[in-house]
Amino acid sequence: MNPTLDKLLGGKQGAIGLALLAALILVVFPLALDAFRLNMVGKYLTYAFVAVGLVLCWGYGGILSLGQGIFFGLGGYCMAMFLKLEASDPERTKIQSTPGIPDFMDWNQITELPLLWEPFHSLSFTLIAVVVVPVLLALVIGIAMFKRRVGDVYFSIVTQAIALILTVLIIGQQGLTGGVNGITDLRTLKGWDIRSDEAKLILYFVSAALLIGCILIARFIIASKLGRLLLAMRDKEERVRFSGYDVASFKIFVFCVGAAFAGIGGAMFTLQVGFMSPSFVGIVPSIEMVIFAAVGGRLSLLGAVYGALLVNFGKTYFSESFPELWLYLMGGLFIVVVMYFPNGLAGLWDSHGKRCLARLRRKPQVLVTPPPAVIATGKRPTPELETTP
Amino acid sequence: MEWLSEFGAIAAMQGFNGLSVFCVLLLMALGLAIIFGQMGVINMAHGEFLTIGAYTTFVVSSLTSSYAPAFGPYYFFFAIILSFFIAGAIGWLVEWAMISKLYQRPLDTLLATWGLSLVMQQGFRSIFGAREVSATLPDWLMGSWNPTEAIDIPRNGLFVMGLTLLLTALLFLMIYRSRWGLQVRATMQNRVMARSVGINTKRVDRMTFALGCGVAGVAGAAFTTIGSTGPTAGSLYIVDTFLVVVFGGASSLLGTIASAFSIAQAQSLLEFFTSGSMAKVFTLSAVVLILMLRPQGLFSAKVRK
Repeated sequence: MNPTLDKLLGGKQGAIGLALLAALILVVFPLALDAFRLNMVGKYLTYAFVAVGLVLCWGYGGILSLGQGIFFGLGGYCMAMFLKLEASDPERTKIQSTPGIPDFMDWNQITELPLLWEPFHSLSFTLIAVVVVPVLLALVIGIAMFKRRVGDVYFSIVTQAIALILTVLIIGQQGLTGGVNGITDLRTLKGWDIRSDEAKLILYFVSAALLIGCILIARFIIASKLGRLLLAMRDKEERVRFSGYDVASFKIFVFCVGAAFAGIGGAMFTLQVGFMSPSFVGIVPSIEMVIFAAVGGRLSLLGAVYGALLVNFGKTYFSESFPELWLYLMGGLFIVVVMYFPNGLAGLWDSHGKRCLARLRRKPQVLVTPPPAVIATGKRPTPELETTP
Repeated sequence: MEWLSEFGAIAAMQGFNGLSVFCVLLLMALGLAIIFGQMGVINMAHGEFLTIGAYTTFVVSSLTSSYAPAFGPYYFFFAIILSFFIAGAIGWLVEWAMISKLYQRPLDTLLATWGLSLVMQQGFRSIFGAREVSATLPDWLMGSWNPTEAIDIPRNGLFVMGLTLLLTALLFLMIYRSRWGLQVRATMQNRVMARSVGINTKRVDRMTFALGCGVAGVAGAAFTTIGSTGPTAGSLYIVDTFLVVVFGGASSLLGTIASAFSIAQAQSLLEFFTSGSMAKVFTLSAVVLILMLRPQGLFSAKVRK
């Protein structure tokens, strides 16, 4: 096989895993779920973008950002600003005292569109901003923190503080950002109604395809020499530094990639859910996104997607049926996963799932001929094999 | 002359305002300065230990008013001591069950204690309800003190200030002047060496963590004099508290005091000129910027690695 392709797919096993995930989100979900539930899954998948980015930063790079909500939010807000401007054309907002500006600005006695909003009239600018704005912020934070060799723990606390600052800022600047309510009532994208079922279906597929694209990019990074260096840095940073590598640049790079993924996720969130608010920026959503990655397995890109899906399914189910229990379960799950299964679902799969699968696969063979594979690999046959008649 | 005295009164009250914010921050940060500063454990559930203290005070207060009204004026001291021991005991349990297994993985401690904080918050909600409660204060804590006509200083603020001073002094003595404090510092600087000279490092860890949680409990008890208590009251402050400790230089108690003081004064001064939320944004941004330039914080202990 072509080596680049091999890197992308992560060998035969990686290709099978990816194909299964793609089949699940591209075929099974759209066929099995109604429009409402599918839209919900689409929302969960946008969190999976962040979780995939976290696997890169945290699982491989060893840097735990507790502020991924910042980048998710920035991407989402960029998209929301464009959609809001389109939704508030002078025709539709003529009852306002200043037609042509978003309604919340009118409520806050702002009479002119702020300069910050001007460029968001252009869709191409917005699409670039969705990726570039989070990356720029990540770059600034990364350069400031990693060039000075700030420790992991301090980095986590500072990113958390930045998430807090951004939330307070967004809520405080009501006229500019819509305050606590966020930017709501988004209608069309270049005249295309994003609230119709058909549009939601298309957006779901776009977001699923983008997610798979992000996973492929992440795989490429992990399989390349850069990925090896990230792992080496995570385990013995000093040794990598003494070997002549600029550790900070690698950390900054991977942090920026995570930010870019989160920004794309945020934009897809806004498109599918139809609003953006500070409640997706702050500390709590940021840590929840870490939970998705932790539950799925911090070293598994596909695991992160499953983690995001499972935790969110659980959240929706339990908070609908047993609202009292949900936080106990979520907290308990988190404690148990972190303490006893640090590699999450993917780790469980590697240690138990594969063995079960292998056992299932071997059984029919035993009935026909003695298992050659077992002998060839030099492993002692498992007791089940011997007792099977 | 008229405007001068008025200006003086405003300045005095503004200064006092800053001082009481300082005391609140310092009270919260003291426990964390022990747990995070000395032990290096990131306890995201620290705010919940604060809430434990606040709820303990509330329970003692309502028990007193219904069963022993005569005891009313004095219950508060009892509540403070009880808060210390209950929060400390729960901290001891948490260290035994969770933290002690995670010393090698600091980032995982952060995540696990965050899970713990979720569980504890929901626990408070199940036991005490989602609504905020407040303890009935004894009379001597109500009202205010007027040294002149124009100056109006609330008594509960003074009380919290006194408590902060007392607690800080006690902690300082314990960490820097007592035999136990010596053991703590030795363990934190070089665990293996400390063990080899006969210090039971496991016990030291457990007691240190419990002490930090107990101090958080006392802080929670003190907060009931200022505001009401809800299930998520503690989590609102956790990031500010961490910033105070990090900004001060994690392993220095003096640094924690200095950073709490500067953050509080900056915030209350800015609040005078801009809105509350912008004051917070400016203060926190300044702290983050300074931390980027000087990651070791204001005061850093010289430790050979």
